[in-house]
Amino acid sequence: MTVDSLDRVSPHARRLQVDRTHALTATIALILGALFAVSLLAGRVWLSPGEIVDGLLSSRLQLSSLIVTELRLPRSVLAVLVGATLGLSGAVLQGLTRNPLAEPGLLGVTSGASFGAVIAIYFGLSQISSAVIPMFGLFGAFGAIALTFALGRGGGTLALVLAGAAVNTFGAALIALALNLAPGVDAAYEIMTWLMGSLANRSWDHILLAGPLIVAGCGLLAFTGRGLDALSLGEDQAESLGISIPRLHGLALAGTAMAVGAATSVTGAIGFIGLVAPHLVRPFASHQPSRILLPSALAGAVLLLAADIATRLISIGPEMKLGVLTALIGTPFFFWLVVRLRRTSP
Amino acid sequence: MTQIAAGHISISKGGREILRDVSMSGAGGEFIAIIGPNGAGKSTLLASLAGLLKPDTGTVAIDGRALSAWNGRELARKRAYLPQNPRCEWPISVERLVALGLTPVLPVFGGFPGALRLRIDEVLAACDLLALRDQPATTLSGGELARAMLARTLVGDPDVLIFDEPLEGLDPRHTLATAERLSELARGGKLVIASMHDLTLAARHAGRIVALDRGRVAADGTPGQVLTSELIRAVFAVDARISTAGGGAFVDFLAPVAGGREQQR
Repeated sequence: MTVDSLDRVSPHARRLQVDRTHALTATIALILGALFAVSLLAGRVWLSPGEIVDGLLSSRLQLSSLIVTELRLPRSVLAVLVGATLGLSGAVLQGLTRNPLAEPGLLGVTSGASFGAVIAIYFGLSQISSAVIPMFGLFGAFGAIALTFALGRGGGTLALVLAGAAVNTFGAALIALALNLAPGVDAAYEIMTWLMGSLANRSWDHILLAGPLIVAGCGLLAFTGRGLDALSLGEDQAESLGISIPRLHGLALAGTAMAVGAATSVTGAIGFIGLVAPHLVRPFASHQPSRILLPSALAGAVLLLAADIATRLISIGPEMKLGVLTALIGTPFFFWLVVRLRRTSP
Repeated sequence: MTQIAAGHISISKGGREILRDVSMSGAGGEFIAIIGPNGAGKSTLLASLAGLLKPDTGTVAIDGRALSAWNGRELARKRAYLPQNPRCEWPISVERLVALGLTPVLPVFGGFPGALRLRIDEVLAACDLLALRDQPATTLSGGELARAMLARTLVGDPDVLIFDEPLEGLDPRHTLATAERLSELARGGKLVIASMHDLTLAARHAGRIVALDRGRVAADGTPGQVLTSELIRAVFAVDARISTAGGGAFVDFLAPVAGGREQQR
């Protein structure tokens, strides 16, 4: 090797690559900020920025201040929390399984939380308090992840994914059973609408319930970065580099159980955000799993907030459910992903 | 000087005994080639030497300390391990792939300290990879990927290097270059342990050869001591002519032994 070839790649070029990830993160954060502002303005009643500021600051009780502080602010905050959770957990699980089709529900958390919530609706417990459904959702999420862990323990990533698939199938079957045995059309309808996922009518109580768990869960997921990077080389090499695979699985399981479990318990199952967000940012973050985590969380928040604003603006009779909209937008992306995979795979 | 010692290790997988009472040792400066037919237990032996596979009985120790007493990161700084046909699952750049070798010295969060960047440049230069540093690892040819993986193991400057068939799938030129690189590392004081199928290359480059046969050490010594036509006939079930003209040992396989190993099993 000559000195000449050492010079050819300038340190300047190196810097640029690092900066590109930071620029990506900053750009998505800016978009998120702008969307958040729009989210406060938009809805059946459009508010002006002046009314927003007034509503946030003044102590006078008026309609605009109520709309902002009791409806749109909690709804927007929840959208950011849940969207970020889905984006982050999707990125972690795709990195963990090295499978581009992995999504937050992979390990059974989403179907577990859904089943828990459905039980609460089925027995009419939601009349007691608005917190009952999320509580049951959390029980379901933790139950599902415990089952996945017990089934897939010690068998490597493949065993874990298969255990998650089994738990998912079981959860779906139980939900179908609940619908099958639903005491009346009303109960069945309530279950169906809850399963579609929505941010409508969510209050600060929901955020107080889910927020701490979401933050703690995302905190655990953030610690998987180095391990996911090493896993790019396969499990043998990652282990030889001092990464403990069982610990990494534990972090991913506990993190998704807390964050995705809490998010799903409050909003219902929202598909595709967790699948799409990592793919959107991956090419801009040099494909390295650890560098995708933060941008993917922000992109998830942007997508969910945008989808939620869209549900408020599209007026076709009853408000469109969030989960339906994300699935409708997500499916074409899924097709594109399959076509691209077909083209790039050897 | 680094020492590695495996004492009476036995490993069973799925009810089948893969290694039976294997003992071997090595020290810094040695290049040890592990030879043996398919299924002799070479990969299992290397994985247990690297500490990735816990023996059912017996112990492996580096510098007199049992591997079970090392913590993962500590051990990762001491020895590097490369499995058979290593692959990269994401299209990360060669530079980032090589940098993964520094995982055991990096903090949990944050980027790369400047000193480590220089180390990566050094290794990229040494392994002839500077021109490929920004290329996605998934687009490399077999020989280029093997070089990148080798650089990945070297970047952390470990004392013990364990490779499972590092010459597999390489063309003659890259085979020679890699074998030469491994013996150069040993001359530089590293302990290199690699499994190989090419006996002539093993004889030429390795200072010591350990022959495995059905989970047991059949021979352990210098190439001259180990590579005899009797041993090759017993271990590989192949008749071979060995010519020692001009220093090395040239192993020429002639014909499979009539009756084969299948009956022996």
